[in-house]
Amino acid sequence: MNYVLRGISVMAAVGTFSLLAFSLPSGEAHGDGGDNVLPKLTHKNWQQECASCHLAYAPSFLPKASWRRVMGGLEQHFGENASLDPATQADILRFLEANAADSGNSRMGNKVMQRMGANEAPMRISETRWFVRKHDEVPRATWSRKAIGSAANCAACHRQAEQGKFDEHDVRIPK
Amino acid sequence: MIKHIGKSGLVALGMISAVAWGADTPASLMAHYAKTAGIPLSALSATRGEALYRTEHSGRNGQNISCASCHTASPKQAGQTRVGKRIEPLAPAAHPERFTDAAKVEKWFRRNCQDVLQRECSAQEKGDFIAWLNQVK
Repeated sequence: MNYVLRGISVMAAVGTFSLLAFSLPSGEAHGDGGDNVLPKLTHKNWQQECASCHLAYAPSFLPKASWRRVMGGLEQHFGENASLDPATQADILRFLEANAADSGNSRMGNKVMQRMGANEAPMRISETRWFVRKHDEVPRATWSRKAIGSAANCAACHRQAEQGKFDEHDVRIPK
Repeated sequence: MIKHIGKSGLVALGMISAVAWGADTPASLMAHYAKTAGIPLSALSATRGEALYRTEHSGRNGQNISCASCHTASPKQAGQTRVGKRIEPLAPAAHPERFTDAAKVEKWFRRNCQDVLQRECSAQEKGDFIAWLNQVK
């Protein structure tokens, strides 16, 4: 085998491996994989922009009306300026609306909506009744532990939050 | 095999785009900001840039904040956002991707100058800031 072919086969192996590793973390992650696994979504601006400061929170955690409020106030985003150029902002909002809790696209969203009042548009996921109920056994002091900081830091306890997995069995609350 | 080459090609493209930084460099951005400020490049000051980085201002909830609040006292170290996400070091010596994308640089000056100084930064301040970070070894 000459070097070119060898190179290609190495690349192919690496490529296949990375595709498997990144696109199939679990067979369930495709589509809506169940109660605590979020649909696997990809959207360049959502991932790049939102995740530069925090976890790219899944659209299915809040209704469309909430996302419109969030994206309409990025100059004052929970005390920080997170402003975007108008095109990027509109692009991300479209994606959030299309996959929002009330879009009917995910089981997670349906569960969030079951407990949402008709005119509710909370700004924080942690303000939704669904979230509050899910976390009612976590004492207030736990949230402010140094390794956690606040309820915004999903990945502090949900170690696979970045992959959209929120299974209770994987929760490890840092001391 | 062809399918595999296709996949690996995609992955290779991904790898390339991951390292394909913008066309800009710290030097080209310094030149741009000096020109915008109407001063010669040599008039940019690393000393002023460092002062801009370290000077504390009273933040919105009474706490003093500076660039170092999130980026740490050393721009060669990784910092942390308020919700605990890693911020890569600001100094190009520690993170070569810094100051290679003019749009990204402008976005973060716009946001962070508003947050820390409660105003936009001037072109000269931006030039000074990069001048300092670019000579950190």
